[in-house]
Amino acid sequence: MNWFTKAITSTIGRKIVVAFTGLFLCLFLVVHLLGNLQLLANDGGKSFNLYAKFMTTSPIIQTISIGNFVFILLHIIQSTILTIKNRQARPVGYAIVENRSTWASRNMGFLGSFILLFLVGHLANFWWKMKFGEMPIIGIDGMQVKDLYFVVSEAFKDPLIVGLYVFSMVFIGLHLSHGFQSAFQTFGLHHVKYTPLIQFIGWVFCIVVPLGYAIIPVVMYLRAL
Amino acid sequence: MNLTLKVWRQKNANSKGEFKTYHVKDISPDMSFLEMFDVLNEELLLKGEDPIAFDHDCREGICGMCSMYINGHPHGPGQTTTCQLHMRSFKDGDTIVVEPWRAKAFPVVKDLVVDRSAFDRIIQAGGYISVNTGNAPDANEIPIPKEVADAAFNAATCIGCGACVAACKNASAMLFVAAKVAQFAMLPQGQVERKKRVEQMVAQMDAEGFGACTNTGACAAECPKEISLANIAILNREYLAAKATSEYV
Amino acid sequence: MKLDSKIPEGPLAEKWSRHKFNLKLVNPANKRKYEVIVVGTGLAGASAAASLAELGYNVKAFCFQDSPRRAHSIAAQGGINAAKNYQNDGDSIYRLFYDTIKGGDYRAREANVYRLAEVSVNIIDQCVAQGVPFAREYGGLLANRSFGGAQVSRTFYARGQTGQQLLLGAYSAMSRQIAAGRVKMYPRTEMLDLVVHDGKARGIITRNLITGKIERHSAHAVLLCTGGYGNVFYLSTNAMGSNATAIWRAYKKGAFFGNPCFTQIHPTCIPVSGDHQSKLTLMSESLRNDGRVWVPKQAGDTRPPYEIPEEERDYFLERKYPSFGNLVPRDVASRNAKYVCDEGRGVGASKLAVYLDFADAIKRDGEAVIRAKYGNLFDMYEKITGENPYKTPMRIYPAVHYTMGGLWVDYNLMTTIPGLYALGEANFSDHGANRLGASALMQGLADGYFIIPYTLGDYLATIGWNDRISTDHPAFKEAEQAVKDQIGTLLSINGKKTVDQFHKELGKIMWDYCGMSRNAEGLKGAKQKIRELREEYWQNVRVGGSNEELNITLEKATRVADFLELGELMVDDALHREESCGGHFREEYQTPDGEALRNDEKFAYVAAWEYKGPNQPAALHKEDLIFENVKLTQRSYK
Repeated sequence: MNWFTKAITSTIGRKIVVAFTGLFLCLFLVVHLLGNLQLLANDGGKSFNLYAKFMTTSPIIQTISIGNFVFILLHIIQSTILTIKNRQARPVGYAIVENRSTWASRNMGFLGSFILLFLVGHLANFWWKMKFGEMPIIGIDGMQVKDLYFVVSEAFKDPLIVGLYVFSMVFIGLHLSHGFQSAFQTFGLHHVKYTPLIQFIGWVFCIVVPLGYAIIPVVMYLRAL
Repeated sequence: MNLTLKVWRQKNANSKGEFKTYHVKDISPDMSFLEMFDVLNEELLLKGEDPIAFDHDCREGICGMCSMYINGHPHGPGQTTTCQLHMRSFKDGDTIVVEPWRAKAFPVVKDLVVDRSAFDRIIQAGGYISVNTGNAPDANEIPIPKEVADAAFNAATCIGCGACVAACKNASAMLFVAAKVAQFAMLPQGQVERKKRVEQMVAQMDAEGFGACTNTGACAAECPKEISLANIAILNREYLAAKATSEYV
Repeated sequence: MKLDSKIPEGPLAEKWSRHKFNLKLVNPANKRKYEVIVVGTGLAGASAAASLAELGYNVKAFCFQDSPRRAHSIAAQGGINAAKNYQNDGDSIYRLFYDTIKGGDYRAREANVYRLAEVSVNIIDQCVAQGVPFAREYGGLLANRSFGGAQVSRTFYARGQTGQQLLLGAYSAMSRQIAAGRVKMYPRTEMLDLVVHDGKARGIITRNLITGKIERHSAHAVLLCTGGYGNVFYLSTNAMGSNATAIWRAYKKGAFFGNPCFTQIHPTCIPVSGDHQSKLTLMSESLRNDGRVWVPKQAGDTRPPYEIPEEERDYFLERKYPSFGNLVPRDVASRNAKYVCDEGRGVGASKLAVYLDFADAIKRDGEAVIRAKYGNLFDMYEKITGENPYKTPMRIYPAVHYTMGGLWVDYNLMTTIPGLYALGEANFSDHGANRLGASALMQGLADGYFIIPYTLGDYLATIGWNDRISTDHPAFKEAEQAVKDQIGTLLSINGKKTVDQFHKELGKIMWDYCGMSRNAEGLKGAKQKIRELREEYWQNVRVGGSNEELNITLEKATRVADFLELGELMVDDALHREESCGGHFREEYQTPDGEALRNDEKFAYVAAWEYKGPNQPAALHKEDLIFENVKLTQRSYK
């Protein structure tokens, strides 16, 4: 093995990969949320559909999105390997464990797995249809555009889907509550002056971002009533 | 006070262990936890039973030898070593469950005794400053800011007991390694071997079969010497920087 | 046999340099042909193992703990002395020498003590280079504190964990050599006998504490760095495992035992809380820098401390010793605490304690300053007693802490068996009848880092690398069989009393009759009691289990068997020394105001005892102490 593969297969190296990809995915969450918020624009889906078209056709976005998938994959692979290794590090467990750590920090694997399930459903529902599936077409300013807004608003008429979506955001929030700050710790960014700030941002982030996502289906559901 | 103890008994490294229940009577609240075990062991011996093997030596909280996992915490409730845990922390009638440290890298030797030689091998991999006897310049030649010396000292107080490993859900030794790496990374004397040290110590830590750090903070919360989690951040950045810039391929 | 201390000729200040020049050297290429055994990995052992391995020798190191880092040197708190004179307060090598000789009540060798003071400065340099985080001033330079028995600030410290930090320094240096393959480490292995052939030390017999396997190890030289024997008292500040077995078995193989009765009772320990007590915890004597020792003036005063007004308190050390006050040497402080308790003025439930009060210091410097200096000691006190020393005075009482006696060694640290060396607390050499605070760390490291690397080479060069016997030699076989026989006997007795019960009884005899103050009648009775107890031990001790396993009772049993013999030798020594000096206080020999009364005419010598066989009286050899540089005076700290 050369120095690089040695580095990224060491425990700390794997963690750094998880942290780096995790932080990138945080960024993705923000961008994605900003786009999604256009669902609430109350313009019959015009701005949202234009945004969706741009996102699916722009070459730059296409490249970034490949990177995004690669990062998700890396995030999953490295953390799965780490989880397996971590389990192996304690072959015989304790009879009694009283924890002095947060629940989320101990259950990132479980939270992450659930988020993966959600992601699969989410992609199948919207992204797959948009990219490869049959979609109703709508004309905007003389352009023929796939009407993703219609698909989304139809989906969010189902209280089950809305509930599931909101529920999933709680999981993402919990995952972020540990993951965001933890990533900075893994990079070694610890400082008496700045760590409290990072922690504060982490808390804000893990509440505001999932909340922003959760508001959308709820508002759309209520509007459609 | 009277107590019920459930203690892990295991004849040797290869045998299967199990919990056994014991009752101890007239325990004084001023006794240390280990003195309570002394009382129990004397009784067992006179009854013709095998006394419970446990590690201990200085009984003043500094040698790091004692290592019992008590009621779900390494060294029991409170942030201390087992030898400094006193029976006044328990109530009459309590049931206390005592287990050995659990980690692949710390195999059980007998009963509550585990083998922590993995820690020694990690130190052997680089937890030193290479200075032969007689080579040293005058001690006051290099001034070290008090704040730096104090911070290095805080990291250096690790007693190598392994409570961090015992507490971590991943049985990770990161806090132990971090304490040594951070101590030397902060001091001017540690600069020469700074990169090599962290690379070798982490490689040894991985080879011993310890888990990875997932930043739960359980180690620092249980550490009897209150080694800070900040040291793990220092270890992470030392490792990242060393891997990226060192000359060792 | 005539004792030859091998003290070099010449003026005091030049003895060591001259001697170093006169010592034979081993060619660097030949060093790898020599094997050296180091038993014990405390400050003396770890520093010796590391330094010898750095020179190129093959070293085998042994410790009974699970890791060499846990040796009991780790528990030393206060600090380490060195004649650096960084504080510009008049310190010098000569002053450290003088203070140590005087503090030891003129029962140590001038030449050894001077050398100790001389190399003290190198120790600090070496430790700082290793990354030992000593306390520093804001300017970044090293800080010092003052300590008992000295009027200069020469003590270097790392909060209250100086021993730990120094040991980790030596341990890491040794770890480097383990990685390099020059030191082979045997943890959880206990030395049970010394192998002597042709009058020379040839190796050791050990027991693997996990498997019970008895093993033979051969070498050109054996270094015993196994610490003191304070645990003969059962209750002491030593670690539970600290024992005398290595030096005792060497004694029985022909090494003389020097000044066995010189025991230091440390004044500032946490008092005993009940019968269950398994060990005593020391609190660094540096506490006496800021704490004031007092008891109520009235005997039987049961009021809590805060209800006793200033004028009804007796700050007895400040009253009796106005110039040294609370910083008088340890023996003086301990004995005075005993006196006030004997007068019925002791405090706490047991009435066997005095107050150590920080109220004035906290008022003067603020709690933060006191916390920075002593925080960990205060925390430790609170954990053990459940009382907060920031609010209420500590209760302290003397406890056995250090043994100045040990194997007799010459200037080269070699015992009377050629090839057998004793370093650190295991030898008798530098502290005379009383050790000054912060000097044990200094001596352990001086012996290991800066003395043995020179003196051992002289012996090895003299004998040559061929002068070694293999482990198949009958001498090894015989020694191994003796060890196995003893273990077999212990396991077969199956009596009614546990090892700890015997140990506690022995401890009580020693504390009552051979402790802080001694008299002929008591000592004679104690000798008889120890003999009886020892006889009973070999008929009625219960050791369960077998040899071929981790057997914690068997480990204790072999150690206590040796303590039961050593106790008697200590009593013999205390009985024969008809004077009071340092830690040895004979009630028959005191000044009118109750101070120790030395008899320099008759007793200015080292008592070196030679083993003469089981239940035979040991033979006394005298090494006269010659003082050419200091004038013997009655110690006065008034």
